[in-house]
Amino acid sequence: MSTKACCSACVGTEEQDKKLHEAISALQGEHSLVQVLQAAQEIYGYLPERVIDTIAKELGVSSETVYEVATFYSQFKFNPKGRYAISVCLGTACYVKGAGDIYEKIKEKLQIDDGQTTPDGKFSIDACRCVGACGLAPVMSINDNVYGNLTVDMIDGILDKCQ
Amino acid sequence: MNMINLKINGTPVTVPEGTTILDAARQASIDIPTLCYLRDINEIGACRMCVVEIKGSPKLNAACVYPVTEGMEVITNSKRIFEARKMNLELLLSNHKRECLSCVRSGSCELQKLCHDYGVEDEGRFDGMTTPSTIDDSAIHMIRDNSKCILCRRCTSVCDKLQDAAVIGTNGRGFVTHIGSAFDAPLNNVACVSCGQCITACPTGALRERDDTDKVWAALADPEKRVIVQTAPATRAALGEAFGMPIGTNVEGKMVAALHRMGFDDVFDTDFSADLTIVEEANELVERIKNGGKLPLITSCSPGWINYCEQYYPDMLENLSSCKSPQQMFGAIAKSWYAEKLGIAPENIYMVSIMPCTAKKFEIKRDHQSANGVPDVDVALTTRELSRMIKRAGIDFNSLPDEKFDDPLGVSTGAAVIFGATGGVMEAALRTAAEWITGDPGAPVEFVDVRGTDGVKEATYKVGDLTLNVAIASGLKNAKQVLEAVKKGEKDYQFIEIMACPGGCVNGGGQPIQPGSVRNNVDIRALRAKALYTQDANMPLRKSHDNPVIKEIYDSYLEKPGSHRAHELLHTEYAARPIYK
Repeated sequence: MSTKACCSACVGTEEQDKKLHEAISALQGEHSLVQVLQAAQEIYGYLPERVIDTIAKELGVSSETVYEVATFYSQFKFNPKGRYAISVCLGTACYVKGAGDIYEKIKEKLQIDDGQTTPDGKFSIDACRCVGACGLAPVMSINDNVYGNLTVDMIDGILDKCQ
Repeated sequence: MNMINLKINGTPVTVPEGTTILDAARQASIDIPTLCYLRDINEIGACRMCVVEIKGSPKLNAACVYPVTEGMEVITNSKRIFEARKMNLELLLSNHKRECLSCVRSGSCELQKLCHDYGVEDEGRFDGMTTPSTIDDSAIHMIRDNSKCILCRRCTSVCDKLQDAAVIGTNGRGFVTHIGSAFDAPLNNVACVSCGQCITACPTGALRERDDTDKVWAALADPEKRVIVQTAPATRAALGEAFGMPIGTNVEGKMVAALHRMGFDDVFDTDFSADLTIVEEANELVERIKNGGKLPLITSCSPGWINYCEQYYPDMLENLSSCKSPQQMFGAIAKSWYAEKLGIAPENIYMVSIMPCTAKKFEIKRDHQSANGVPDVDVALTTRELSRMIKRAGIDFNSLPDEKFDDPLGVSTGAAVIFGATGGVMEAALRTAAEWITGDPGAPVEFVDVRGTDGVKEATYKVGDLTLNVAIASGLKNAKQVLEAVKKGEKDYQFIEIMACPGGCVNGGGQPIQPGSVRNNVDIRALRAKALYTQDANMPLRKSHDNPVIKEIYDSYLEKPGSHRAHELLHTEYAARPIYK
């Protein structure tokens, strides 16, 4: 069984597909869409196009009916996370201490937008709301590491260390 | 039924329990403005144009979704209300591309009208950031410009609730909210059926048909081309609305006169080929019944329905009649029989059709629609595009005399003109099938059970020894209901008529647009259909097979219904197209 995805259209393993099917069967019901989406994201890590289509087909609705609900909630992601998943806090404390500039700098450097992943799969970026480290504002995390008291000048050095 | 007493602007009103303030006000001759509201389709109280004051309630409330209660006192016309409505409009304008001078909907835009009514003078009062948006011009039949969208959801509700497609919805949240498809795929890459119902529901210029009128002007100016025009049955029942006439005015004569004055070489009638369709389709029905062919036979005139069947019910493609639609049959005959008669090459004929339909623009580009080596039809215009051409040509439509279609392809029967209303194709086919099966020229002409604007109709007719169970559906949600019943074996029909648009072609996506304020209170479908049934009742010939030109074409050219040549010219094929990737 292959575990490696070759593109976003055929992403997912047979085992993941089986889990999704089971989750949909278990949650079958008129108002289960958000729960199904949560289960799918749990299984695949994000919501690829093919998975949205599968959910739509199994629930007997259009793909857009699933997609419009998924795009309403910020918890749902449509791109796989990078090996280095960057999360910049844009909560109030971080924001007033310049997190917006940090966030823009990273997006510019990596040439990706919010919720996206670099083509090589190395970095992804998301904005988040407060990681509970306001004393270190502005803060970002890369995977499980938290970086505080950031300035725009520090970004190049931090990202260059991610190898 | 419990009755509720209330006062609106001091006037006592008594209405049934469950009535909204909006409807109760109408009974007191008070018009409350709406923008997002479409009765039974989009009742979400989102746009806040219909806000009113209710005594005892500190806030303004949306009249379109607020049910009346006993003793309620409502005010609909205070200064506070006017200011709130005006500010709502100013906020909508702050995120609206204001190119009203050139916008196709200028003059018929509901937002524009309300801005006038409420005295919006500073269009840019709240100018600031605008939602990023793109123009989707990927589809053959329509263009979406989200920069003119006010997010009323009328289009998405129509696509979902009337047409069962839901290929468009509301993506994103907050300021980036926009109308789009799954993964924001372009419209030509989703299971859109091209029906255009979203366009006629749109209050602004965000949705529009693709304008092909320049192609027609160019052809009319080309001395090498013989430019032939055909007009669909339903167009004559609605075109007058674009010139201020009451809904349901039959303007056939004026339409023909206008087309003559615009310089078309032949002004012909799709009614002719509707008769031809009936002859071929009634033959197909009789053959399938006699030879144990696939039943129920389902009509194939509506290209929106064909798109739906290919994408949503590919397992029922064999049930579809192989007959081309009247539009395509017309083109095929014009570029074969008529071209030979004139002695000109089919390449030199430019075939224009005037249709109540946006899906016809898609249909002309389908495979197997080029009978004589050239496309059967070169360009399909909607009724709306024709109205714009007439205006640009400087023709005073309302004062035109009535003129007659040209010979020979302008000859038709009453059976053809009712094609434009739901049940019309069924009735026309029954007229011919009944006479053919019984051999009795006195077989019935009127089959009234199949008339009317109900979404699903059924009837059983005894024709000779045969019992025919028939069903008629208009609107794809209704079609789905009929198809599911057939698939589950709950119903045993021999013949089904399906039209993509609710009410049939008279209410097609290419017809003149009536604002929500009219749609919500008048049955446009019934008024337009009445114009067609009245014309049918007054025609000397009312059975398609009695059309003398059709008889001549079979005698001298096609041989007989269902012949080899008829199949080459007048029949087509379908292909499954899956909706999920």
